[in-house]
Amino acid sequence: MSEDEEKPSVDLADRNVRIGGAPGSGGEFQSPFPDQVLENVLENVLIFLTSRQDRNSVSLVCKSWYRAESMTRRELFIGNCYAVSPRRAIERFRRIRSLVLKGKPRFADFNLMPPDWGAHFAPWVTATAAAYPWLEKIYLKRMSITDIDLALLAQSFPNFKELVLVCCDGFGTSGLAVLASKCRHLRVLDLIEDEVADDEVDWISCFPENETRLESLIFDCVDCAINFELLEKLVARSPFLKKLRLNRLVSIGQLYHLMIRAPQLTHLGTGSFSHTDIVAQTDQEPDIASAFSACKSLVCLSGFREIIADYIPAIYPVCANLTSLNFSYANITAEQLKSVICHCHKLQTFWVLDSVHDEGLEAVAATCKDLRELRVFPVDAREDSEGPVSEVGLLAISEGCRKLQSILYFCQRMTNNAVIAMSRNCPDLVVFRLCIMGRHRPDHVTGEPMDEGFGAIVKNCKKLTRLAISGLLSDRAFWYIGHFGKLIRTLSVAFAGNSDMGLKYVLEGCPKLQKLEIRDSPFGDSALRSGLHHYYNMRFLWMSSCRLSRQGCQEIAWRLPRLVVEIMRGHTRDREEDEMDDSVEILYMYRSLDGPRDDAPTFVSIL
Amino acid sequence: MERTDTYERHHLKATELRLGLPGTDEPQKQSPATASIKSNKRALPESAKDCSSNNNSCASDVKDGDCACAPSSKAQVVGWPPVRSYRKNCFQQKKNEPDVSGMYIKVSMDGAPYLRKIDLKVYKSYPELLTALENMFRFTIGEYSEKEGYNGSEYVPTYEDKDSDWMLVGDVPWDMFTSSCKRLRIMKGSEARGLGCV
Repeated sequence: MSEDEEKPSVDLADRNVRIGGAPGSGGEFQSPFPDQVLENVLENVLIFLTSRQDRNSVSLVCKSWYRAESMTRRELFIGNCYAVSPRRAIERFRRIRSLVLKGKPRFADFNLMPPDWGAHFAPWVTATAAAYPWLEKIYLKRMSITDIDLALLAQSFPNFKELVLVCCDGFGTSGLAVLASKCRHLRVLDLIEDEVADDEVDWISCFPENETRLESLIFDCVDCAINFELLEKLVARSPFLKKLRLNRLVSIGQLYHLMIRAPQLTHLGTGSFSHTDIVAQTDQEPDIASAFSACKSLVCLSGFREIIADYIPAIYPVCANLTSLNFSYANITAEQLKSVICHCHKLQTFWVLDSVHDEGLEAVAATCKDLRELRVFPVDAREDSEGPVSEVGLLAISEGCRKLQSILYFCQRMTNNAVIAMSRNCPDLVVFRLCIMGRHRPDHVTGEPMDEGFGAIVKNCKKLTRLAISGLLSDRAFWYIGHFGKLIRTLSVAFAGNSDMGLKYVLEGCPKLQKLEIRDSPFGDSALRSGLHHYYNMRFLWMSSCRLSRQGCQEIAWRLPRLVVEIMRGHTRDREEDEMDDSVEILYMYRSLDGPRDDAPTFVSIL
Repeated sequence: MERTDTYERHHLKATELRLGLPGTDEPQKQSPATASIKSNKRALPESAKDCSSNNNSCASDVKDGDCACAPSSKAQVVGWPPVRSYRKNCFQQKKNEPDVSGMYIKVSMDGAPYLRKIDLKVYKSYPELLTALENMFRFTIGEYSEKEGYNGSEYVPTYEDKDSDWMLVGDVPWDMFTSSCKRLRIMKGSEARGLGCV
């Protein structure tokens, strides 16, 4: 964080010196009133306050504190880019160095929202370019960014240091090229799960020729060919590089060459971990194991996009130090996993494919006693496919990894008992996301709904803030959530519940609820009404394919004028049906200080 | 967790009418208790475009006891399961291959200082494979004939099969070869007597 390096800004220091001096002695006008003194003192103290929740509280004390806080806030966090206009944000906060912006709701990731819905970065980059010339960091999640936006960014912020783009789209390699060439102080360029268009521009070649200050270069989602020689040279002239995540077009032979140039890496994404084509004549088998041995600081390993199992042993030398391992693109067997995981005693974060079966998870449970986060993704992400993992794996994990805090588990079959066991064995759970891929699947042993399992989770895991439910669920499950889920902030519901009561239980029972996303569940207007007391406290509510009517949504919009109520059709529906139908396919609503947005596409109606 | 009988009877019974999967080709592997759940599912609009129902979609409407029109089999619902398309697509094509990690086998040549590895998957036929081997090791193989093997060649390609026997390359159909070949050895012709060479 730049805060550690910088002293309080020059303005403030000057102010202190000039207290009591003659007005007009240069710089800002100084009033000798004691209020001003207090405000200056406060500003100097507030520099050290970084938590935005604390800052929000500070700003509510009185006007003086509000002013002081707004002058000293360095990081601006906007959880919904439409909750506030850029103009309002920059009017209040004058000295921002770091901007965090989040756009589309999460269900947009799964094609539930028609494309071109919004969340454009353009108005923000335009406004901040003028207002925050000293901006250093930008973090964007689920925003639509164009190459023009990136070009404006690159030329507007001479001190720009860090860009992190997560789940964004709309730009291509030509935008990256401009960034690389113009941002001379760039330390971090992290592209995570973005959709990047291939403009056939060799953006790697655009980094300046001299030594770079790069500390982190993550581009595993950029599926575009790069000039490897230039990448190698870039790595060679980046002595501060600690994090490097390659895309799947980098072969294992190329990886070897990069690793021997950067043994100081702490985070490595290995690229394909395979040969990209026929073994070349001149290439010998790369001694990839020795390259790993040389990377003594490696703690986080990912990639393995097209893994050749023969090369797995190459990573043994680093396993003992790994705290994070991402095998979620590696279609490996239980045996192949076991050979690795048995060395990973320090592992805290583990992402894997269900190709390892329950047996693989049992091996994880046996070794990774410090595991905090587990994600198990499906190789075959369809409802009716074979399920290689089940309640057996979940149970094993719960028994072996008692410190578990976060789990995402995709499976085809589950039992209440296993989920209940996890609720008891892992009391530190903060995030519990279980996805039983077959819709409405009951407990496959007892035939009962999964109510009791999820009920146990909300009851026993007292720190739980995020929950995703699935399987056959009645209103009972929602009663449990409303009754016990007092800390839940994010709730994800799909194909669940019997009646409006389900949603009512949650809206009335969960005071901390911030983000609620629901699809294909039988909740109607009456249920929607039951949340009127709470919607201003939420970041958003998403309901798709439920039982809402336009009338019901309109009522909410009337009753809560500061709520933006968007209704839209999914992209599978015809236009002609729109006029006839009173039913609402997608409802997306959120609080906003600045009223409805002006960039809504035609398929969105704002009530 | 307490459950009153009435609650259970009312709600659980209600849920009994709920669904199994929206019609699949394979028989359901479900316990008998769930067998009755299969019917009466109201289809979702995405998965039942031909359904005459215009109602707003909903997973179930058990109170009415409506019977859904059967959704088309294998119809996948939009955005379900909630896996990002990038991830889904990564494994689509790979699913169809029997051996995901490529079929790399060692190739040794008599007299060469070190071995090589090739991916058999890359080749579609014997001529392709043999040409690649010729290029890799810079030698020539003669023509193959069933009767006489690689007559007149300085070198002869052989392979070790699943039973650990050393066989002449070219005798069996290509697919059978790729599935049984464990490693390749390019033998000197002089040693290859008995494998069909003169």
